[in-house]
Amino acid sequence: MSIFFSFVKKNIRRTPYQAFAATMVMFFTFFCLSTFLIVAVGSQQILKYYESKPQAIAFFKDGTNPADVQRIEDVLNQTGKIKSLHYVSKNEALQIYRQNNKNNPLLLELVTASILPASLEISTVSPDDLQPIANLVQKEPTVEEVVFPADVVSSLTQATRIIRIIGGSVVGFLAVFSTLVIVMIIGFKIRIKRAEIETMKLLGAPVWFIRIPYLLEGIIYSLTGAILGWAFSFAILWYVSPLLLNGLGEVSSQVWPPSILFITGLLAAQVIAALLVGGLGSFTALRRYLKI
Amino acid sequence: MISFKNVYKKFNLNINALDDVSLDIENGEFVFLVGQSGAGKSTMLRLLAREYVPTSGTILIDGVDISKLKSSQVSEYRRKIGFVFQDFKLLDDRTVFENVALALEVRGIKEVEINKEVEKTLKMFEIWERRKLFPRQLSGGEAQRTAIARATIGKPSLLLADEPTGDLDPQTSWSVLQLLLEINSWGTTVIMATHNKEIVDSQKRRVIALKAGKIVKDKHQSLYEIH
Repeated sequence: MSIFFSFVKKNIRRTPYQAFAATMVMFFTFFCLSTFLIVAVGSQQILKYYESKPQAIAFFKDGTNPADVQRIEDVLNQTGKIKSLHYVSKNEALQIYRQNNKNNPLLLELVTASILPASLEISTVSPDDLQPIANLVQKEPTVEEVVFPADVVSSLTQATRIIRIIGGSVVGFLAVFSTLVIVMIIGFKIRIKRAEIETMKLLGAPVWFIRIPYLLEGIIYSLTGAILGWAFSFAILWYVSPLLLNGLGEVSSQVWPPSILFITGLLAAQVIAALLVGGLGSFTALRRYLKI
Repeated sequence: MISFKNVYKKFNLNINALDDVSLDIENGEFVFLVGQSGAGKSTMLRLLAREYVPTSGTILIDGVDISKLKSSQVSEYRRKIGFVFQDFKLLDDRTVFENVALALEVRGIKEVEINKEVEKTLKMFEIWERRKLFPRQLSGGEAQRTAIARATIGKPSLLLADEPTGDLDPQTSWSVLQLLLEINSWGTTVIMATHNKEIVDSQKRRVIALKAGKIVKDKHQSLYEIH
């Protein structure tokens, strides 16, 4: 195998600018892929966090009895769209209020359990089911109103979807572009080494012996780009992390620090993608330009 | 033994590069292939190297029809022959040592053995001192010695030399001929295509003359004349 690496080393040394250009194109592709995956996984984690919180709260009118609440819970559960339901009594509502305002004694003095409504915290399996469920609950005569504590989930769902579509499209385009760059560069190298290839054939070199160095060369460009792209994307993430964590507030603990499993998993995914892009590009060039 | 039986080679519909060529060459022979440019000498050598296949007819090497070899068998076959060219065909980005080693590398031989064998061969061909130089740093004679070393390091049973002295001065040409004769003395069949009348006449070996693709003379202990 060392002989093939020695051939590749010579090939790269003979055309350093092409090698550099190929590696940079690969680096850009894999940097985008790495960044896209980091953002996609991060936004997914944030989405999960918000999804785990109650997505809608139905406030009951005064005088609602437990049987009414139970009946509403049964109706909701029968829809099959409910992830969780949590009934908050007037007393529990007061406890929550006190906890949230423990630093403001004035607010605590003014509020008693009687003025706080009982409520039902509703989480749905899919954020898309939230509105139909809210409409259903709103029709109940014992329900005063239904509120959405935050519209974060739907915004995040939308944002995650956009990230996936745009990121996926950009990475897909770059992967195709990078493969074509490898085809062009390896194809060009085969063309300028035609005489050498002819000589090797006359010396009795088997087909694989001639092909392997070119295959390896494409994979090396791709792998180098992938590792650089991975390292650079995490370096940038580390650099901007203070700013990012500040902006994310309470959610930051969900996404930072990234787990070792995620970091190494991303590297492994990049390496596999690099093998595919480099291998496919070189293989196509060999099929196209090296007819033995 | 090499046998050409009614071999034709056409590159287009009208011109026969080889026209009904039949001949036998015994193992261990030294044969001069002579004729004007375009007579078909190089075509014969390229057919023997299995770069071309005949349009019709058969070429047998030790009883094997080489035009029927599969791709993988062709590379195996070529490892049994050596090829020397007028323009040397050395690889520019490899040193003398690496160029000669390449012939063994393609055979999958271990590096330690390659190093030993290349050293022995380069010393024998008196180019060991030049082992670290690249082809562009060599004289014509040194480059041709390197090419012959590369062609013979695998101990081929057949050596094909296509105008090996074509680009060399007379003195160097003689030294190249001496090398080929020495290789022939080891039992290797040598077929040398040449225009060099002096060299051919000096040796009085078998001379096969070609004209417009046909054999016009095939005579042992002969001189250069093409008739």
